[in-house]
Parts: sequence; C-alpha cells; structure tokens
Amino acid sequence: MELPRHWRLRAARYRLLGARHRSTGEVVFPREPRHAADAWDDLPLSGAAELYSFSVVRQPATDDDAPPALLALVRLAEGPLITARITDCRADELTIGMPLEMVTRALRALGPDGLIVYGYAFRPLVWPA
Amino acid sequence: MRRPVNPVGITGYGGYVPRYRLAAHAIHDVWADGAGALPVDAKSVPGFDEDTITMAIEAGRYALRRGGIDGAALGAVWVGSESHPYSVKPSGTVVAEALGAGRWISAADWEFACKAGSEALSAAMALVGSGMAQHALAIGADTAQARPGDALEYTAAAGAAALLVGPAEAALARIDATVSYVSDTPDFFRRADRPYPVHGHRFTGEPAYFHQVRSATTALLEGLGTTPADYTYAVFHQPNARFPQLVARQLGFSAAQLAPGLLSPQIGNTYSAAALLGLCAVLDIAQPGDTVLLTSYGSGAGSDAYALTVTDQLAARRAAAPPVQAFIARQQAISYALYARQRGKLVMG
Amino acid sequence: MNEMRPVYLLGAAVTPVAEHWERSLGDLAHEACAAALGDLPRTAVDALVVANALAPALQLQAQLGAALADACGLTGIEAWAVEAGGAAGGVALRQAALMIAAGAAELVVVLGAEKVSDVLDARREAATALSSDADWEGVHGATLTAQWAMLMRRYMHDYGVGAADFAPFPVNAHARAVANPAALYRFAVAPGRIAGAAPVADPLVLLDCATAADGAAAVVLASAALAGRFAGPPIRLAGSAVATDRLALHARRDPLWLAAAGQATALALRRAGLAIGDIGAAELTDPHGIAAALALEAGGFVARGSAVRHAADGRFGSGGVLPLANAGGYKARGDLLGATGVYQVAELAALMRTPGAPRATLAQCLGGVGATAAVTVLVRDDA
Repeated sequence: MELPRHWRLRAARYRLLGARHRSTGEVVFPREPRHAADAWDDLPLSGAAELYSFSVVRQPATDDDAPPALLALVRLAEGPLITARITDCRADELTIGMPLEMVTRALRALGPDGLIVYGYAFRPLVWPA
Repeated sequence: MRRPVNPVGITGYGGYVPRYRLAAHAIHDVWADGAGALPVDAKSVPGFDEDTITMAIEAGRYALRRGGIDGAALGAVWVGSESHPYSVKPSGTVVAEALGAGRWISAADWEFACKAGSEALSAAMALVGSGMAQHALAIGADTAQARPGDALEYTAAAGAAALLVGPAEAALARIDATVSYVSDTPDFFRRADRPYPVHGHRFTGEPAYFHQVRSATTALLEGLGTTPADYTYAVFHQPNARFPQLVARQLGFSAAQLAPGLLSPQIGNTYSAAALLGLCAVLDIAQPGDTVLLTSYGSGAGSDAYALTVTDQLAARRAAAPPVQAFIARQQAISYALYARQRGKLVMG
Repeated sequence: MNEMRPVYLLGAAVTPVAEHWERSLGDLAHEACAAALGDLPRTAVDALVVANALAPALQLQAQLGAALADACGLTGIEAWAVEAGGAAGGVALRQAALMIAAGAAELVVVLGAEKVSDVLDARREAATALSSDADWEGVHGATLTAQWAMLMRRYMHDYGVGAADFAPFPVNAHARAVANPAALYRFAVAPGRIAGAAPVADPLVLLDCATAADGAAAVVLASAALAGRFAGPPIRLAGSAVATDRLALHARRDPLWLAAAGQATALALRRAGLAIGDIGAAELTDPHGIAAALALEAGGFVARGSAVRHAADGRFGSGGVLPLANAGGYKARGDLLGATGVYQVAELAALMRTPGAPRATLAQCLGGVGATAAVTVLVRDDA
C-alpha cells in the first residue's frame, strides 16, 4: 500500500505549503530539494488563483476519477502554476482567466481498504460569487 | 447548569454546505409514487470528492479567518460526526494538519449521533475555560447516510460547522452558560460495520427528541432565570422541518426567533452540523447585545443547551468568510439517479 | 569532442500497427528484428538497444534487453532497454549511434516494441499517464490526452484560433496513411468530420486523438565499413540529440513552449551540419494537432502562433514545404509509445529511397508532454 509517498507530501497537499526566496521574493510550489533552507522559507500559499486552462477528462486513468472530471492548470496568486482538479462546477461555468479558490478534497482512495488521499482542488469563488 | 472558571465565547465560526441538492419530491417519485407529505423541501448532497474531513476543513478555515488567528494558535481540534471517513483513524489529525495546527495539541473525533459536534463544543469550553488552552476548535460535520427508500433518505444531508472557542474578551458571542442532559434512549442507531442506521419511527419523537431538547432547554432557562422572550434567536437541532418548529412552540419561542437558524427545510438534516450550522446562520445576521439560545440533540440520546450573547466584535469580523446563506444559495439540483451514483448506491457487482 | 565515426542505416523493418491479439511483445519484436536484419549473419550484431515505455506496467515485464534479445534469437548479446516514455525510440537510436560513432560497436540493432492491447481497462490509461509527474499531476487524474487538451485550449485562447482550425493535421495524417500498408487506419477523413466527433478530453475530439496500438520496429545501424555492403545510396544518421524539460507541465515557465523539443532539434541539426530549411520531410510526436503545432513552433520550423495557419495553407501536407506524418503519423499509423521513434526513422528511411524524395529528414519523438525530446536527422549520401 502506498502510504509514505502520500504522507510526506501532506503539508503541500493540504495547505499549499510552498517556499519563498528570502532575497528575491520568488515563490515556488511545491518546494523542491534545491530550495535549500539557507535561502528559502516555508510559505503557506493563499489558495487564491486564476484559471490558466482546463479540460474535461472523459477517459480517466483510474476508476477513482469519476468522469467527466475537470482537470486544470491553475495560476496561483503568488505566481506558481499547478495542476489540479476543478470541483463543484460544470465545464460550461469555466472561462480562462476566471478567479478560483482552493479547497481541500479527497483526491482518491487507494482501494476500499486503503488510504484516502486528501489534497487541493479549486472551484469558482463562492462568496462574493 | 455549567460555566467554566474563566469566561469563554465563540471567537470565530464557519459553516459549509455542499453544492448539490436532491429535492424531496425526487425521492418521493422513486419510492412513493409522489403522494404524501414531505419532511423537507430538499437536502444537500456531498460531491464525489467530499467527506466529513473535507467539509470540516473548510468550515474550520472560515472559523480561523473570523477568529483572526493562525492554525498554529489552536490548542485542540475536535471533530464530531457519525460519518467519519475512517472507522479507525482520527479525522481530527487530518483537519489539524490542513489548518496548520501545531503538533502539541489535542485532536480527536467525537461520536454522539447528531450531538457529536456540540459535545466537542462543550469540551472546548472546558479546555479553554480551565486555562489549558487559549483556543480550541469544535467542529460538527456529517455526510449522513440513509438506506434508499427509508424515511431518513429524505433528510440525511451533508454539512459542517466549526466553532472556535476562546477567551470571552475576544468573543464574537459570549457563552453565558450550558447544560448537558443525557439518557439511554435507543431511538436511532447504527451497529458497527453496518452501512445504514435504523430508527424507531414515532419513538424518535416524544421520548427521544422532544424530551431531551425540552429538558436541557428548560433547565438552562431556569438556571439563568430567563424566559424564551429574553432571547433574540433560538436554534434547535433540526432533523426535519417540523420537529424544531414544534419544540419551539412547546417551549414558547416564536417563529420569528426560530426562522434565521432554521435551515433544514432547504438543506435537510446535517446531523452533527445541524444545530451549530443554525447558530452560524444566526451569527451571520446578529447584532451586538442579541441573545441566542442553542439546543442540540443526539440520538441515543441527549441534548446540550447554550445561552449566548453577541458582542460588538461580531459585525467587523463576520465578513472575513462566506455566510452560510452563500452556500445555501449556491445550489445545483441533481436527479435521484445522479445522487445514487454520487453516494455510491449503485451496485457495481 | 573526439572525432566521431559516421553512422549508417543498413536496414529497417516494421510490423503492421494493430491490435495483435494473438501475438506477444516478443512475437512482434522477433518479426521486426528478423525482417530488418534480413540475411545478415546474427553474429555480426554487436548489441541490441530496446525501446519500450509500458512493458513493466502492462506486461509486468522488465529487463527487456535480455527478454527481447532472447525472443529475437540474439541470446548472449549486449542488450538493454531505454526508458524515456514516448521518447524511448529516439533515445535508443541515439545510444546505438553513439556506440558506433565511438568505435565501441560496428553494428547495433535498435528495436522498438510496444504491446498495449494486453490490458483493456483503465490501467492502460494509467500506464500512459506514468510519464507525467505522479505526485503533482497523476494524483489529480491528469492524463496525457487531457494535458495536450489544456495546451490546446490555452493556445486557442492566446492565438484566437478555433478547435476546428487544427483539423488539417489529422486530415493530412489520415490521407498519408492510406498508402502505408502497416498503418492502423488506412482511410481518409474529411475535414468537416473532425469537429463533430465525440469529445475525448475537451476541446480534443476523437478524430484528433491518436490510438495506441501494438507493433515493433527495428533499425539496423552500422559503421562505414559495413555500410558499403548494401546497394543504393547510403542513408546516414547524420545527427541526433536528446534534451529534457521540467517533468511537470505546470513547472515550465511557458507551458506552450516545448523547450526540450526546440533544444533537441537545434542540436541535432547542428550536429548534422544542416539548417532547418534543409529538412524536406519530418515525423513529429503528433497524437493531436496541438502537439504537432507546438513541436513545429518550438523546433523553429514556423513562427510562434503560426503553425495552425501554415497547416491550413498546406505547408505540412504531401507536396508542401515540410510534409509531416508521411506514413500516417501518430494519428493514423498509430501511437506505438516507446516504439514510435523507431517507426518514424524506419518510415523516413523508406521515404528517402523513393524517387524525388528529400535528401534530409528529421524525426522527433517526445516523452509525455515533451519532458524528453529525442531528434534524429537522416541524410541520404547521394553519389
């Protein structure tokens, strides 16, 4: 069962923990090994984002990804672009450039006896709509 | 009647309701040829990717925002639910991690049917009121399950409410006192490893819901020397539209006092969240000096009653997060067929 | 760099692209290898380089060097497999060419083999998604098709083109496959039918999506000493290059710019001593029109944002300035995943031996959405 590989990413997946460069202010997500502690500080990102592009996945890679699922490239307010699902939304409600907000959702369950993997997804703003 | 040594209050709150709605008549069409009375208009249904943990996280985030504190300031994260995603493995630790809480905290799950959330609230009052923590987060959240065709199917809904408990001086609403009342009353239960609960039909009424709610509420009113007329708002656990309205009438509360916190007609019974979510909806509109009476109910059975007084800090801080009505207004109706798929009720062989 | 020896393409063969229900990965490998070697003595083969993407996931089979050397009757030979997703074929060709160029081998067989029809459920799509970033893309349900679709939608947004404007790519691919007996789909498709096809990953529709299928291709590379043994003008593997990009699509500064494809193309051309205008035909990773468009732009074949317009003008069709998908491309020949790069070179070599064919051609294959790019430049040394 895949436990450690999901567990070790929990801070990034649950609350968008990225990193900011101490002198340039550049923000990265996710934090990678090359973002060394002597120059980069942990930074939880706000979750505010903008839709860069999206698709409707009708042939999913696993039975867990209930089709049709909305897959997107999302530009975080702090700069990084990430891949995530769009949730609570129909494809016809989406347009490139629209604002989105981060929510934490169940990304998948690793089988009926397995771990539930939680992580970020994005949705159109609820309020103010 | 109980009061902590140090006065406490609600320093932040957050409510969450999923986007999907199943109309009661859609259930009625499938199981009852569309004839007869309906207990609610519609109920909220969680999305494919939602469960008690995800909803608790969202409500918790709003509570922290309104509280103006970081997750790191929390001393406890407690999640009450009858639909924890794991039978063994706390929801509380996932929620705490997502909220950015530290490691040196208490985190656990509570179970008391629909009263698990208010049980967490009373515990949070005790923890903060004793001085063992500055801030404690009590969450009630449920994706309630019901056997297809059962009367519960009309109302078993999903939602979450989070109440941040802190010192009274930082409160949006002070908690003036509380009462807890329990009795062994088997009106509704789910055996271990069974998918759906069973209920005692009319036995869930007078000896169960009405007796506990009246007992706790009356004791609190008497303890404080108050009458229903002394409260601006009243919120009761709401398993359907009728029970809270009936118990309010029995106790002497008016429809106007009840209306802002009565959400069940539109979203059904959100179980552990129901009473707390009603309180959130009231706090969304309350003014300084307003008073609120809140009584939860959990099958099995018991009630917690609370008396709250709104402070002048509420108005400035409630805008930090969406009001409950924003989630109620955000709705997409789904068919019974889609509901059956979304809730895993199709037999996949 | 030390003086490198020239590398020649002695022979090439492919199996039909199909759902080979009755045949295994080894069966297909054997057919292609035997046909490419012809009557060459097997003892002349110094090494076998295997290109494959999915056998560990679909056949639960690794150590393909030994496995396929065995299947091809080459047991005992130096053999290993290259893994670089859909770029494996091009990477394998370059590794084999380097062995010969360095003087470490005289004759090397590059064998691309892929067998996708052994698994029929979602595991197949999951295996294809293995080339994306598992932790930051795969976990969110990203598939390669959906990733190309997101690039297509953004391209449409940035350059003001419509989904139907990509139709010339699949239309050309299908038209060219008609003459290829090994192609998966040997039928033409009318331009008007593309846009109305069923959605697969919006805005991508069925007729703009390649089908993964089974097949094997083998290319025999040799030094100058052996090249003279064959009749006709020799075809030289004049340059090759491999480049990489950020694995995750979102991690790239500019997702619409396939940097690795651009870099590998420029490098391979420089190594071949050619300019982009010398290339008379090309094979690209073109499972969708958008993939071809982005590869053409990053490769420097056309200006940024102009590929779709050039396609409408017939630039990439038969008789155009740069004919693409000369044997059907990914769309109509079929997507052979790790084997495709070897198919491409076999197809270009065959094309270059036809009358009036271009003297220089280029094959480019990508792993995932271009995280790996491998480019091979072929030149016919006319007498």
